[in-house]
Amino acid sequence: MIPLTSPQSHPVVLKLEGVSKVYPGTMALKAVDFELYAGAVNVLVGENGAGKSTMMKVIAGVESPSEGQIWLDGKAVQLGSTEVARQHGIGIVFQELNLFPNLTIAENMFIGREISSRMYAIDSEAQAKKAEQLLGELEHHLDPNLLVGELRIGEQQIIEIAKAIGQNARILILDEPTSALSAPEVEILFRVINDLKSRGVAIVYISHRLEELIRIGDYITVLRDGCVTGSAKMKDVDLTWIVRQMVGSNTKNFARAGDNRLGETVLEVNHVCLPRLGAPGYLVDDMSLSLRAGEIVGIYGLMGAGRTELFECIYGCHPDRATGSVKLLGKELIGSNVTSCIDAGLALIPEDRKTDGLVHSMSILENLTLASLWRLVTLGYLSPEVESSAAGKFVKSLSIKTNNPSLEIGSLSGGNQQKVVIGRALMTDPKVLLMDEPSRGIDIGAKAEVFKVMRDLAKTGLGILFVTSDLEEVMALSDRIVVMSHGQLAAQFGPNEATQDAVVLASNSQVLLAA
Amino acid sequence: MSTSAVSSLRSASTTTGDNALLLVLRLRTFIALFLVAGFFAVMAPNFLSAANALIMSKHVALNAFLAIGMTYVIVSGGIDLSVGSTVGLTGMVAGGLILHGLTIGDYVIYFNVLEIVGIALMVGLIVGAINGFLITQLNVAPFIATLGTLYVARGIALLSSDGSTFPNLEGSSEHGTTGFPLIGTLSLAGVPLVIWLLVVMGLGAAYLGARTPLGRHIYAVGGNERAAMLSGVRVNRIKFFVYMFSGFCASIVGLIISSQLVASHPMTGETFELNAIAAAVLGGTSMTGGRGKIGGTIIGAFVIGILSDGLVMMGVSAFWQTVIKGLVIIAAVVVDQFQQRMQQRMAYQMRAEAQK
Repeated sequence: MIPLTSPQSHPVVLKLEGVSKVYPGTMALKAVDFELYAGAVNVLVGENGAGKSTMMKVIAGVESPSEGQIWLDGKAVQLGSTEVARQHGIGIVFQELNLFPNLTIAENMFIGREISSRMYAIDSEAQAKKAEQLLGELEHHLDPNLLVGELRIGEQQIIEIAKAIGQNARILILDEPTSALSAPEVEILFRVINDLKSRGVAIVYISHRLEELIRIGDYITVLRDGCVTGSAKMKDVDLTWIVRQMVGSNTKNFARAGDNRLGETVLEVNHVCLPRLGAPGYLVDDMSLSLRAGEIVGIYGLMGAGRTELFECIYGCHPDRATGSVKLLGKELIGSNVTSCIDAGLALIPEDRKTDGLVHSMSILENLTLASLWRLVTLGYLSPEVESSAAGKFVKSLSIKTNNPSLEIGSLSGGNQQKVVIGRALMTDPKVLLMDEPSRGIDIGAKAEVFKVMRDLAKTGLGILFVTSDLEEVMALSDRIVVMSHGQLAAQFGPNEATQDAVVLASNSQVLLAA
Repeated sequence: MSTSAVSSLRSASTTTGDNALLLVLRLRTFIALFLVAGFFAVMAPNFLSAANALIMSKHVALNAFLAIGMTYVIVSGGIDLSVGSTVGLTGMVAGGLILHGLTIGDYVIYFNVLEIVGIALMVGLIVGAINGFLITQLNVAPFIATLGTLYVARGIALLSSDGSTFPNLEGSSEHGTTGFPLIGTLSLAGVPLVIWLLVVMGLGAAYLGARTPLGRHIYAVGGNERAAMLSGVRVNRIKFFVYMFSGFCASIVGLIISSQLVASHPMTGETFELNAIAAAVLGGTSMTGGRGKIGGTIIGAFVIGILSDGLVMMGVSAFWQTVIKGLVIIAAVVVDQFQQRMQQRMAYQMRAEAQK
């Protein structure tokens, strides 16, 4: 992938100078300098929370910088809103696509700036024609009258890009564009990117997948803790350099001290597969792992690596689609539903507390006991005393901060809400706890508390399997680390074996590891 | 130090003010009931007499039965439009069995009244099971599924008699089918059987919602279906239950009406579903699911019943009654929204204070 034009011919189109962004309590960007080259792919990489998204929000006009200056074509500009940024030719395709599935391709591409004829009627024909032309430029000959909801994710992404191009974007920001794409769709996207490049568009490409960055990038900028830790031409650097800039020079070995008194194997996952819906390939591809009593195993991987889907297979969310074998204390669970999995001794802490975890119309108490009601009843009667004393035990042991558990769940802070979800899982008396991103959306203090709870639970003999995309978290908590990539097992690290570099490398692909 | 003391005092006083207001809002259906009853006690003569109270209770009971079933359907996040038709169909099944028996080939089987009551109650359970099947297995939206069964059930009721009434359901002693009118006329300790039934049903349903896992699961499914599923709640079973329970309640009403009239007409129960929904909403059941109490619903049914009976006694025209009923329902929902927002605000306040 040698750029056809020499690097000198890439003019700087946008420049950030000493840009800082302060949020209450944190400094997301610390005096960052960044140059964006036209006609090139400018790659941006960094750990979660390194400040990539904040930087892109500043460029796209979503956030205004607290300090510093933005230069566009050598002129100082204020990008006060997305509208202003758009007028300057800055387009952004978010990771979560902003399309209307119930509208057609053409309608989506011209939403908010419809072409209208006389009498304010939308000129559908003109829109369809223009949409077809834009898609043709991207070598996608889709019927503009198709509904967007009927398209594959990859095609939807192309629609978003075409929409941005249609608004004359000179700078196109792609935030993790490949996280939901299959391999052939990635190839198509790369062709489109190369085409845009040759037309002089400056592309910002954010991704966690290092092998992609090396293939497609011309310039690379690495962020860590809100600072730019390195920027270079891609051809001058290699993978080890990128990883070193990402995780820092003081790579620590976090593995826990040998206080692990592990019991026998409680959970055995063998050759579990989950086929994709409506497309060839697998979301979970022949995954195997095991977990012992008292052990904490961390599953690390990028977005879309199939970690959540693996949990769903184990937890009985896809009884009709998942294949393979999941054995909990010798009992086969594949093919059984969530309720029987809970009865067998599994418990899940879902990733998204809001949509999957809590029932917001219920009280703290009712949320806590929801999964274990049948254990609390006598002759079909749920005594208020029994219920509140059972819940009270967990309010105390998890130190959930409330003076009245019959208040609404909304009266708790995020961290305490998370503890309620954990408490509900524990009340079913599980043998194995599955935790999907247990520290998502809670502040640092609460994080530490949740981690302490996890360690304490492991000490009591519970097996804990948790998923995270936070490198430090997986290093600090796990007895063993399992790395997933593309739905497959990419690597396993025993106690004291893992280093941050090795884990990051493994999460990127097995191909790289073999090389 | 003094300023902080003052500010904490002020915040304390505003929260007590808020709490008092919230209490008033929570009890609003009750307050509305007293206001409506008080108004008519002054304005309409004979309103407070025992005889009138009994008559009104009988009127209210029919709607209250339907509203009890409807409440749990709505709490679970659904809606059941088919109850009115189920009322009609149940009456026709009971009436048909009493008058003509069941014809199988050359034989005609006559059941006794208890058996007929059992079969008639099955009608509601079957309609509810069909609703549950459509909603959980075929993923039909509850509104559409029950709209469909509304038409189908009504159509079958009309077909069963070619649109005519089954009259004179006294039954005949030679077939052993006598006694059906007793359901509507029997009294125990001076109180009609129907009212006793309502009391039993209401208490049972309230107990179910407050103190059984099944009831709690209904609230969980309506509050957050996915979270409920991941907590091990068998969502599909819960949905089957609420629709079958609603159908069962509708069948009870169908039996009562045909027994009281000693006749069954296929169009009985038209628009009853709307009155049931109105009673549930008036009683504080949230149409988005997850919130609602049987006690509130029954009070809601009484407010609607007293309103229409009282207006009749005052001589207000039926057309105006309809307008007034509509306005009361809208007002109830507006106040409900206000209460929701206020509760949410107080929850956030508490959360902020906890983090201080």
